[in-house]
Amino acid sequence: MVVSMDFLRPASLAEALELKAANPDAVPIAGGTDVMVELNFDKRRPAALLDLGRVPELATWRAENGRVRLGATVPYTRIVDELGDVLPGLAMAARTVGSPQIRNRAGVGGNLGSASPAGDAHPPLLATGADVEVASTRGTRTVPIGEFFLGPKRSALAADELVTAVLVPVAAGPQQFAKVGTRNAMVIAVCSFGLALDTTRRTVGTGIGSAGPVPLRAAAAEDFAAEVLPWDEPAANTLTDDTAKEFGELVAAAARPIDDVRGSAAYRRHALAVLARRTLRWAWQDVSGR
Amino acid sequence: MRVTIEVNGERRTADDVWPGESLLYVLRERLGLPGAKNACEQGECGSCTVYLDDTPVCACLVAAGQAEGRSVRTVEGLAGGDGLDPVQEAFVATGAVQCGFCTPGLIVAAHELVHRDPGATDAEIREALAGNLCRCTGYEKILDAVRLAAAKKAGERA
Repeated sequence: MVVSMDFLRPASLAEALELKAANPDAVPIAGGTDVMVELNFDKRRPAALLDLGRVPELATWRAENGRVRLGATVPYTRIVDELGDVLPGLAMAARTVGSPQIRNRAGVGGNLGSASPAGDAHPPLLATGADVEVASTRGTRTVPIGEFFLGPKRSALAADELVTAVLVPVAAGPQQFAKVGTRNAMVIAVCSFGLALDTTRRTVGTGIGSAGPVPLRAAAAEDFAAEVLPWDEPAANTLTDDTAKEFGELVAAAARPIDDVRGSAAYRRHALAVLARRTLRWAWQDVSGR
Repeated sequence: MRVTIEVNGERRTADDVWPGESLLYVLRERLGLPGAKNACEQGECGSCTVYLDDTPVCACLVAAGQAEGRSVRTVEGLAGGDGLDPVQEAFVATGAVQCGFCTPGLIVAAHELVHRDPGATDAEIREALAGNLCRCTGYEKILDAVRLAAAKKAGERA
C-alpha cells in the first residue's frame, strides 16, 4: 500500500514557516542525506516533506558583529571552500563529513535538526560557543548550542520551528578538530573532539562528539587549560607533557560514552584523551607560530 | 505528483511520482535511464552519482521533487555524438572496469574532478573518489584512468 505524503515546496522563509506551522508533522528536507536514508529504508513515513532547497534565506552566510551567520542549508563544500579562515574548526569538521557527494548537499541545519550525538558539526559549534537561530511564525529566537541538544536525536526545536542559521564567533585563535573512524571517508564518528583557543581572552573551548547521549563540553578541561597554558610564552615547547596529559584525562572524564557497534565506552574514553592531547599540541604549535 | 526535470539536455516529465521517491528511482524506473546504479540507497557507495545543476550528488539521497525544474546529467549524457567522453575512454584504455557496477558513478565523479582540476595530485584524486566504492579493481586501474583523462584534459588546456 502506498501511504500518501505531501511534498511542500516553499519559495521563501516566510512561506516555509507558515507551512511548518500548518503542518507540524512535516519533516524538513534540505540536503536529504539523513532524511532520504530513512525514507529509502522504510524507517520513516512522514505526513509531508518540507523541501527547504528553494528557500534563498537559508542558503547564504554573512559576517555580522564578530560572528558568522551561517544559513542552515549552506552545504559543507561551501563551508570548506569559503570559511576555512574565519571558522577553521567548523571547516575542519566539514572536511570529514561523508564524501564529496554528501558534502555537496549536507549542511549544518540538518546536522542540528537530526541532533545525532555523532554529528560532525557539533564539537566545533560547542567549542566556539555558537548560538542556534530557530524561527517559527511566532518569531525568531537563539538557543545557545549547549542548550540545544536534549538527548539522542532530541533537540530544543519545537514542532513548528525550523533551524534557520548558526551564529558562530569568528576564530580568535587556533582551532582543531579530530575524529576517530575506520577510514577517512564515509565514517560516523566513533568519537570526535573540537578545540578552540581564544588567545585574546585566554580561554579554551571544547566539544566532544559521539561519546555521550548528546554532544558535550568538557568544562573542567577548559578551565584547567585556560589556567595553566603559558599564554605569555607561546612557544611550542612551553606546553608540557603533564599539561597535555591532564587536559586529555579531563576531557575523557567529561565524556559519557556507551558500548555500541562502533566502539566500546572504554575505547572512546581512551581515544578522546589521545585526541584532546594531540589537538591541544597542534593548536599550541599554531599559537607559537603566530 | 508530476515531476519535470531537464535530463541530459532534454525536458522529461514523470507522473505518479510518490513524494518520498528518490531522484534515482525516477531516473531508473520512470525515465528509462539505468546508468546510475541502485546499490546502498544510503549515500555510502556513490554508484548513483549524477550531476544535479553541475554538482555531483548521490541521486538516491535527492527527493525527486527537489529536482523539479532543475538540470540533471547522468552517465548517459556524457558521451557526445562523436563517441565516448575522454573519461570513459580512459576507463576502457586502462582496464579500470571489471564487473562495471560502480563504473557509472565513478565516471561521473571522475568527470567532475578532471574538469575542475586536471592537475589534481594522487591525494586529490583519492579524495575526490572517496565517496565511490569499487569491490573489484583495488582502485589502482581507476587511478590510472583518472590520471590519463586528467593528463589529456590538461594537454587540451595547455
